Amino acid sequence: MIAETGLAALWLAAALSLLQILLALGDGRRWFDAARAVRGVAVVHGFLCLLAFVALLLLFARTDLSVQLVAANSHSAKPMIYKLSGTWGNHEGSMLLWVAVLGLSGTVLALFSRRLGERAMTAALGAQGALALGFHAFLLLASNPFARLDPAPIEGRGLNPLLQDPGLAFHPPTLYLGYVGLSVAFSLAVGALLIGQVDRAMAKAMRPWVLLAWLFLTLGITAGSYWAYYELGWGGWWFWDPVENASLMPWLAATALLHSINVLAARGGLRAWTMMLAMVAFSMSMVGTFLVRSGILTSVHAFAVDPQRGTFILVLLAIYVGAAFLLFAMRTAALKEGPPFELVSRESGLVANNLLLSVILGIVFIGTLYPLFAEAVSGEKLSVGPPYFNSVAGPVALLLASLIAIGPLLSWRRETRPFGRKLVIPLLFAITALVVLLFAAPEVGWLPKLGIAVAAGLAPASLIPLLGRNPLRAPLATWGMAIAHFGVAVAIVGMAAESGFTRETLAAARPGDRVEVGPWLVEFREVYPAVGPNWTAIEAEFRASRGSGAVTLKPQTRYFTDPQTETNEAAIKTVLAGQLYTVIGPPDGEGRWQLRLWWKPLVTLIWFGGGLIALGGLLALLGRTLRGWRPRFRNSRERYA
Amino acid sequence: MSRAIRFAPFVLLGLLLLALAWRLATPKDDVIRSRLAGQPVPEFVLPAAVPAKPPLASADLAAGEPRLLNIFASWCLPCIAEAPVLDELKRRGVKIDGIAIRDRPRDIAAFLARHGDPFERIGADYDSRVQLALGSAGVPESFVVDGKGVIRHQHVGVIDRGDIPAILAELEKAR
Repeated sequence: MIAETGLAALWLAAALSLLQILLALGDGRRWFDAARAVRGVAVVHGFLCLLAFVALLLLFARTDLSVQLVAANSHSAKPMIYKLSGTWGNHEGSMLLWVAVLGLSGTVLALFSRRLGERAMTAALGAQGALALGFHAFLLLASNPFARLDPAPIEGRGLNPLLQDPGLAFHPPTLYLGYVGLSVAFSLAVGALLIGQVDRAMAKAMRPWVLLAWLFLTLGITAGSYWAYYELGWGGWWFWDPVENASLMPWLAATALLHSINVLAARGGLRAWTMMLAMVAFSMSMVGTFLVRSGILTSVHAFAVDPQRGTFILVLLAIYVGAAFLLFAMRTAALKEGPPFELVSRESGLVANNLLLSVILGIVFIGTLYPLFAEAVSGEKLSVGPPYFNSVAGPVALLLASLIAIGPLLSWRRETRPFGRKLVIPLLFAITALVVLLFAAPEVGWLPKLGIAVAAGLAPASLIPLLGRNPLRAPLATWGMAIAHFGVAVAIVGMAAESGFTRETLAAARPGDRVEVGPWLVEFREVYPAVGPNWTAIEAEFRASRGSGAVTLKPQTRYFTDPQTETNEAAIKTVLAGQLYTVIGPPDGEGRWQLRLWWKPLVTLIWFGGGLIALGGLLALLGRTLRGWRPRFRNSRERYA
Repeated sequence: MSRAIRFAPFVLLGLLLLALAWRLATPKDDVIRSRLAGQPVPEFVLPAAVPAKPPLASADLAAGEPRLLNIFASWCLPCIAEAPVLDELKRRGVKIDGIAIRDRPRDIAAFLARHGDPFERIGADYDSRVQLALGSAGVPESFVVDGKGVIRHQHVGVIDRGDIPAILAELEKAR
């Protein structure tokens, strides 16, 4: 019954999204109020989508094995949290989550966005309806999450044990919130182009959505990176794998959009470019979804792959992005140019930011898809790996990081004050760091060296915008910017230290042996079996010490029964200076075990920096949305004063 | 903005979609073939993997008669499955040479004692250098080499019983 309710809600929602399009198309007729009708439909549509998702959540919570999706992806012995996260740990469920969030964002847009004119709102909700309709069709025609299974099996077929991890339970929904936030920006851009009104009001209405999307993408990528780091047991935090790149590309586009939209909102400039970015950002999230779901690129992420689904997403991509780009080509000629600005100004700083981000996006995009094109053209099989990405994107990213130090210090339109003096202290920091590294660690590569130097300069520079006035009085958005930029510096230090100073030891050792890694002496004490709710494991006990005091680490190799899989659970000891990362590998049959030990100084800064960047985004979002309310309070106070 | 630039994103998208559609339509071929098929075996001289067997050099593969070159290792589970099939091929008169990848003499001897020894010569490739030169993608893998030392056929993965006729035919062709 729950399944049928969910399915009915989904069909109704599909019908309403069609209605949303038709109403928007009928806008401008005198005899009915399309704006009101479309808002109402969008609100109901959102709740129906949510209902369908809640139905699926209930089915997973109860482990209703008569539903095909539950039987294929769940198991009665699984802990409750993983039963629930199993809802979106599969293709159908994740698409339903996507649609639910898309529908709800339409609801929020219809209810709360008051900055936008009625016509722009109607057009945007129409575009949002068109997006939703495509994904409804995808769900209902090609991947019905509520399909029944008759007869029902006695037990479910489990969930990939790699996914049984609290970090991963929340990683996909976070990324999806990001993708869907970008879909609202896309709809707003399409709506604005349709009615020919690309203006500051539209940019201000779009900005919170971009911030929200960017915030979740940042969190999702940071969490995903940490998950890969401790769960895969390979000791790395970013592998330039196609699936990782698929989440990085929308983030890069969203970061560019986040900055260019400020130019549009504050100065009315960069109109066509910002519209293009809004479209590209969402296209990238669709391309990402396509790459992940179609399996056309070889990846370490083993998703259930189905070419038919890939075709469906490709068709949706062609329709939406094709139509949007065509609309862009036909309408941008009519857009007015923004006000002029000089070479040294906040605007040109942001243009440079956008150019560099676009270059990085292009590098990642080409690197990700190059194997595909190479095979199409020459039949040659190859893969593009970290050497390409690190050596090509790395320097551009460092150039961008140096610009971050300067950009926020410039004023809009024309820089009249001398700003060079403000940069003296950051420059001193950077040079000192570089000189110290040149003498103290000459063996480290030039990219990590420069990275630490740039970060050393960026960290103080990012806080300058808060100075010169009472920091507590600075707008929240300025705080957000400063903290996010500071987070970039922190993350760069982590990345550079990880790549420059990591020590690795591979050893075959017997219990009782001692192995050295970096400053640590690790004693391999014993190996014994361990048991969990749905796995058995070989667990090792290490005692690690750096001079005084010792800590115990217990890495495991886990064997899951249903389906049969083996995973490495790394044991990680975090200290202030970094992390000791230990993995127990297979035995060699003669009493020795393969140990992999890493000492990674400052590696935690990577994710701490990511968290700071996201925190900055949150503050900016609060600042931007709350500022809309503030005048109202002031007015009411004045009224009663 | 000129007209051409305005339409550029649209055109680029079209190209991308065409490429992606082509990829979806072409079934994926995961088999990686050596480019050396039809080429002479790269020159190498490997030490003996076990004291009881003669070592292997590329010259030994150009001895006038087609041979099967098998890449294996004692740590490779599929190789255990393959061992009886290689014994069967030996019974049918196939000359087989082996290259043991990243292995130790003691382990190889134990492997041969336990799972049978169809090899005439075994070379030890401690750092996979010869394996890479041969363009081999993994272990196990086998090459049919004709009497002049030219690679005629590459078999990726385990040779199972069903593959025996095909391997024999390739050896016959190489004669």
